[in-house]
Amino acid sequence: MYSDKVMDHFKNPRNVGEIENASGVGEVGNPVCGDIMNIYLKIENNVITDAKFKTFGCGAAIASSSMATELVRGKTLEEAWDVSNKAVAEALEGLPPVKMHCSVLAEEGIHKAINDYRKKQGLEPWVEKNPHSHDDTEMSCGT
Amino acid sequence: MGATRIIYLDHSATTYVKPEVANAMAPYHTEHFGNPSSIYRIARDSKKAIDAARAQVAAALGAEPDEIYFTSGGSESDNWAIKGIAFANRKKGNHIITTAIEHHAVIHTCQYLEKQGFAVTYLPVDEFGLVSPAALEAAITEQTILVSIMYANNEIGTIEPIAELGAIARKHKIPFHTDAVQAVGNVAIDVKAQNIDLLSLSAHKFYGPKGVGALYIRKGTKIDTLIHGGGQERRRRAGTENIAGIVGLGKAIALATADIEGHNARIRALRDRLMQGILAKIPHARLNGHPEKRLPGNINISFEFIEGESILLWLDDEGICASTGSACTSGSLEPSHVLLATGLPVEISHGSLRLTLGDVNTDADVDFVLEVLPKVVTRLREMSPLYKGKDGGCNVQ
Repeated sequence: MYSDKVMDHFKNPRNVGEIENASGVGEVGNPVCGDIMNIYLKIENNVITDAKFKTFGCGAAIASSSMATELVRGKTLEEAWDVSNKAVAEALEGLPPVKMHCSVLAEEGIHKAINDYRKKQGLEPWVEKNPHSHDDTEMSCGT
Repeated sequence: MGATRIIYLDHSATTYVKPEVANAMAPYHTEHFGNPSSIYRIARDSKKAIDAARAQVAAALGAEPDEIYFTSGGSESDNWAIKGIAFANRKKGNHIITTAIEHHAVIHTCQYLEKQGFAVTYLPVDEFGLVSPAALEAAITEQTILVSIMYANNEIGTIEPIAELGAIARKHKIPFHTDAVQAVGNVAIDVKAQNIDLLSLSAHKFYGPKGVGALYIRKGTKIDTLIHGGGQERRRRAGTENIAGIVGLGKAIALATADIEGHNARIRALRDRLMQGILAKIPHARLNGHPEKRLPGNINISFEFIEGESILLWLDDEGICASTGSACTSGSLEPSHVLLATGLPVEISHGSLRLTLGDVNTDADVDFVLEVLPKVVTRLREMSPLYKGKDGGCNVQ
């Protein structure tokens, strides 16, 4: 059911762990729904120099976290903010429809970590351009 | 994918077909293919084979052959029993009693009947998955026309007090149906002694073929037909008989019930070693279901801080076939209704693993799982934000 790329990132997840004194942290998800992602970013001169994650969830959730952290490393905050859930899913060579919400979670985790950093810097948090209504990704966990 | 050998621990999902069963079936595909409704000799061979299989199923259940009706499997048997009894008795009443932990073939059928104007009581279960006979007694009303309670649960393996529950229904003259799809071949069944009026079974759970099952209907039970058409199965279930499947069902049930105690003792010994080994080696693990009143091959354990699908993917990588009550494999995003009914918190239900042993399993399989599973759990916990290390304990409440 999963692509080879998903299985690769599930079995050999990149960037697992926490960053001590991270510049920004994004915690998203809910244990009741069966997935939680914590994204840790190290930011220097507006560039993400390190990204790590810890995830409780299914194969797609772990692979999405791994891919999302890979995609934002080395990017400016503006570039990283534009990494969409679709980009994460495409980089994983696709996710099953019922698992698309895992890529949404990854995008939200990155955004939350970036805004956590901006708040710490005394800056206005950026506003989601296209807030995901969870309906269109079959995210039906209503808790 | 590294694994070269397969360790099959999902016998409650389905079993392989035993070679003796496949061999018994083979001539009915190629040689004795006649339609049993026809008059010529090859048709008579088919008819005789069906009669023999009917006798084998009856003997396994303590029933009479003319109380056995062949179907396409467990789901059809459940649908027939429940809709058939409900529609035949709708003038008498509209109330059905079942439980919160039934298979979807029962639960969804009852939900359908609710839309048709029937009222359904879903009895709760205790933390072990047991239904209380007192709760059944209390739920019965003047309107009750059917009690349907599963013999043994497919997820957590809990075996219900069927004889006692059946006696209560019998006392109130209410037909008692049991979905025994997981029980046949694992538990000694006697429909008469256990006060059972209808019983569903499916061949592919006890080393028979898929697509064939049976419904036992006690003589004198008032029930509507589900599948209308020709006069097969004594005019109660239409459709040209699946002769090879029926022959396979007969052979498989005879083999499965020939020495239930001996068979169970072997499976239970393996199961207990695996179950106790997992609980001893892996902290923050809890057994779901009843410690003793459970199917001999069933293990269902929840591992805190991790999610079931990711456990399955790693086990699959090692060649181990298992299943989970986690939402993430079902497509529904809702975890197992059975685990939730036992009071297990939703977040812990997501981390459940079901291993169901069968005839193919060996001591070497148990050793291998005990070597692999702790590593898988540790690996997943190390990347889980919920796991705060050995002493941290659980922050999921």
